[in-house]
Amino acid sequence: MSGVLRHRLVWPVLALVLLLLLNQGFRSDFLVVRLQDGHLYGSLIDILRNGAPTLLIALGMTLVIASRGIDLSVGAVAAIAGAVSCTYIYNSDNPGSFSTAASAVALAVAAGLVLGAWNGLLVSVIGIQPIIATLVLMTAGRGLAQLVTDGQIISVSNEPFHAIGSGFFLTLPISILIAAGAFAGAALLTRRTALGTLIESVGINPVASRLSGLSARRILWIVYIFSGFCAAAAGLMISSNVTAADANNAGLFIEMDAILAVVIGGTSLAGGRYSLVGTLVGALIIQTLTTTVYTLGIPPEVTLVFKALVVILVCLLQSPKARTLLRQRRRRVPVLPETKAAV
Amino acid sequence: MSVLTSPSAPATRQRISRLQGKARYAPTAATIVLFFAMFAAGSVIYPGFFSGQVFLNLLIDNTFLIVLAVGMTFVILTGGIDLSVGSVVALSMMIAAALLQEGWNPLAVIAVVLLTGAVFGLLMGLVIQVFEIQPFIVTLAGLFLARGLCYVISLDAITVTDPFFTSMAQARIRLPGHMFVSPGVIIALLFVAAAFFVLHQTRFGRTVYAIGGGEASAKLMGLAVPRTKVLVYTVSGFCSATAGILFSFYSLSGYSLAAQGMELDAIAAVVVGGTLLTGGYGYVVGSLAGVLVLGIVQTFISYQGTLSSWWTRIVIGALLLLFILLQKVFSRKTRIT
Amino acid sequence: MGTTSPVVEMHGITVAFPGVKALDGVDFRLFPGEVHALMGENGAGKSTLIKALTGVYRTDGGSITVAGRPRQFATPSAAQEAGISTVYQEVNLCPNLTVEENILLGREPRRFGHIRWKEVRKTARAVLAQLQLGHIDPGSVLSTHSIAIQQLVAIARAVQVDAKVLVLDEPTSSLDADEVQQLFGVVRALRDRGVAVLFVSHFLEQVYELSDRMTVLRNGALLGEYLTADLPRMDLIKKMIGKDLEVLEELDRGDTRTAGSAQDAEPVLQAENLGRKGSVENITVSIGPGQILGLAGLLGSGRTETARLLFGADHADQGTLRIRGTERSLRSPRAAIDQGIGFSSENRKEEGLVADLSVRDNMVLALQARKGWLRKVPRQVQDQLADKFIEALDIRPANKDALIRDLSGGNQQKVLLARWLITDPALLILDEPTRGIDIGAKTQIQMHISALADQGMSIVFISAELEEVLRLSDRIAVLKDRRMVADLPNQGVSMEDVMTIIAGTGE
Repeated sequence: MSGVLRHRLVWPVLALVLLLLLNQGFRSDFLVVRLQDGHLYGSLIDILRNGAPTLLIALGMTLVIASRGIDLSVGAVAAIAGAVSCTYIYNSDNPGSFSTAASAVALAVAAGLVLGAWNGLLVSVIGIQPIIATLVLMTAGRGLAQLVTDGQIISVSNEPFHAIGSGFFLTLPISILIAAGAFAGAALLTRRTALGTLIESVGINPVASRLSGLSARRILWIVYIFSGFCAAAAGLMISSNVTAADANNAGLFIEMDAILAVVIGGTSLAGGRYSLVGTLVGALIIQTLTTTVYTLGIPPEVTLVFKALVVILVCLLQSPKARTLLRQRRRRVPVLPETKAAV
Repeated sequence: MSVLTSPSAPATRQRISRLQGKARYAPTAATIVLFFAMFAAGSVIYPGFFSGQVFLNLLIDNTFLIVLAVGMTFVILTGGIDLSVGSVVALSMMIAAALLQEGWNPLAVIAVVLLTGAVFGLLMGLVIQVFEIQPFIVTLAGLFLARGLCYVISLDAITVTDPFFTSMAQARIRLPGHMFVSPGVIIALLFVAAAFFVLHQTRFGRTVYAIGGGEASAKLMGLAVPRTKVLVYTVSGFCSATAGILFSFYSLSGYSLAAQGMELDAIAAVVVGGTLLTGGYGYVVGSLAGVLVLGIVQTFISYQGTLSSWWTRIVIGALLLLFILLQKVFSRKTRIT
Repeated sequence: MGTTSPVVEMHGITVAFPGVKALDGVDFRLFPGEVHALMGENGAGKSTLIKALTGVYRTDGGSITVAGRPRQFATPSAAQEAGISTVYQEVNLCPNLTVEENILLGREPRRFGHIRWKEVRKTARAVLAQLQLGHIDPGSVLSTHSIAIQQLVAIARAVQVDAKVLVLDEPTSSLDADEVQQLFGVVRALRDRGVAVLFVSHFLEQVYELSDRMTVLRNGALLGEYLTADLPRMDLIKKMIGKDLEVLEELDRGDTRTAGSAQDAEPVLQAENLGRKGSVENITVSIGPGQILGLAGLLGSGRTETARLLFGADHADQGTLRIRGTERSLRSPRAAIDQGIGFSSENRKEEGLVADLSVRDNMVLALQARKGWLRKVPRQVQDQLADKFIEALDIRPANKDALIRDLSGGNQQKVLLARWLITDPALLILDEPTRGIDIGAKTQIQMHISALADQGMSIVFISAELEEVLRLSDRIAVLKDRRMVADLPNQGVSMEDVMTIIAGTGE
């Protein structure tokens, strides 16, 4: 299995290393991490910190995709979570206190869980295709966020809340620690329990899973709720970072980045085997790509073009058709036509 | 079980089949009814709502969305999806604005933009067809690419001062009863009519429906499935470019953030218009009705005054959900007979 | 008929897949104005022959002559242009389009690229009328019609091009009796117009009712061509199942298993008139602890459908099911599993394997599903179980981390067997557990099944190979044309006896 894993991750890791080296070539202090006032600084730290929201959402997306689904609503959910928390803090009697921040976080997370459950309901109980089911919330979500903020950009000043996105703990930015915690949590949740295997089983062969007595419905609920949770956490991080809730622009395009991270990480859009480590590498590649564009002095908005090229490249590499072409070239013997001969 | 079937069975069955056959018009009909109901409700509630011009304004304000929805209808009828349309609109606007700034002839500019859009769609269609990659992910890449290219052209908004474009923006075609439309409306309606003709009167159009009904079957029936699938994305790209031109007429500028999320509006309009997202069922006229419903939601909200603009998105989302659920019920009924 | 020359003549047709010869030097001929049935059990090569004729497969040897001209079709549409049309088991039309479009799609009359709908309507109406289907409204949407009508529309499409040869591949498998008659009426009308019809069906009675002539295949080889009237059912079945009866009688050590102890104990499962519309009917069986119930019947007789009903994979809408004396309605596999039932599907690849997971993950899947995601079977226990069953069932390679898709068919089957044995079921339903695997693994699996029953597990055993069913079972339920027609204790039952039951006309 480790052989498979190594094989799967070798290209993404290589790409990440190359990108980092490229940056180092342009800026000699790129890989330097220094300690200042008990805080770690440096480009690498920045990459980790700025990539944290994408990574969070990509973690949830990984499980959704592994189950043969997709969650387009995560950006909207992130915006709602930010809106809910900031509006709560803004309207509270004690907008600076820790308890206010804690309640705001709890409210935002609850919102994420509810919205995730909503997607889960549409997909698993009503049986709507995931892409369509989550499109509803993608469309309506930002409207809901604006409804919460009353169309304003809500700025708050609450130190504990601000710390989520910009604070430090044990020399590291808190957002990195949160993302690392979520990563560990996701790994434990899926690998310490049977959840990971069951998600893969449903994603690979839903029919065989059903005949083995597996309730796909429950599994799907869990992955969409988890995705909602991750989106809410990312939304908190984004709004905390700018100490404001911007219903229109918070988490814009982040669903695309997250899907991209998952795909780069080697998890197939067709569902099945997934790799959280791969997603981590994928998210880092995307963030490093953005940083590289900065380093090279290209306008940051143009990153989108590079992302598009990466998507196309990765998809071509993953496409079974392209693989078949490769295989034909290698002249491998086709698989036994056991099924072909039958009937 | 079989003994119970009486000799008159064929006749009864035929009557049922006619009735159920009409069911395929039901979602589109529902949308049209919904539109008129909303229009009537608006007329009762708000003074000045009931006028031909309010209706025509719906068209004037949504010409680009109508054209986008036309292209999206082709794609969705085959069971595909095109997420790139909003970005291609923005890219078209940017190309147009940049070339006009260079002093190009406006007609040449329009030709270049339309060609670019069509080629963009063609390339996406080829990738989808040749490498068998999901349309969703390919057009997502298209979304990124087109949006990114906008920024490559210019980071800032470019104002359009070309006399032809400004005259198109201001032109009003007088209609009887002191009413008027813009030239864009005529173009958009021509697109709807052309799409209707192509979808219902040509082999290409029928193949589009056949693919949505069952791609494997369509192949076995000897239809030109690969060519048709590539072509629908080309059509969608062409429509997106046209929508970009129409949007330029409307806004007289090009800016990279334009038409963000418009793909969602286009998909919503098509679905609300009664086209099944899994393909095979739906009418381009329904998509026009879908755009009008989305438009009237907006009009309502502006007339209401106290309701804020974000209610538009929420209502569109709710409508989308409603029609998806309707489709679910509808498709269940047609499958099991 | 003897004077006319055949419209299709296939000579020495050989089709080989890597490692398998699906057809080996088969001759086949088809005369105008006849209904010719192609007969054979699983793997006999019927589909391959049809696909070789219609241009889906390329032949590796032999010649095909159509209407006197040597042909080799590269694609189905090339075959269609030469007058050979095929109607498949699943209707290959577009349900969302109208009947007339489905008949004419791709060859509609046009003027300047513009479809002339009036012409379309006229042509469609004429084609339908020709087939005595005038009552079908050509403007109605296909999906509003029953499968039977859709099947007839498919035939209308096939003959609209003036087909000389019509291939019907299992057209009746989802039709009821009246619908079958309607379809037969159309087929007979076509035959009388001189069309050569190649008919494949698993329903013995339908073959005898409709066909004039038949060709029997077994294991990719031709057994012979016969006039239907000259070949009694019994002889046909013997030919299809194969082996001379004397040899079989020797193999058939019928009562090697003793059915004694189970008689008075409470049955683990009792079904009474269990059935499902459009699937199987009239299933009445009773299985005691430690008993093996064999389901015998030809391909398509309803063996798998019965298994699915007993497991709740399909929901029964007729009759009753009792498990250990209590009446149950199994709405899902999960419900059956909770009652201690396991089911290994005949369709290993699509309904059994989770291809990208390891042997161990596949083995513990059913157990894990029963425990729920929160209570993970500890890794240690998983490893122990995997090791235990890899050894007990002699699974190779003996590597629990190998992906199951890399194993051979026999070893995959053993892993699936292990999946259910791990749940320690009271009743295990095994649908074709020995199909498509090598002889060594086959014998091993048979021995395991026998041993499990000796330990008290009840087993429903399904196999296309009658001798295997007879060798292993305590009781035998015989299915024919989707009905259960007999249930007998396996005491002195011979293959001949079972075949006689299957061959019997009526019930």
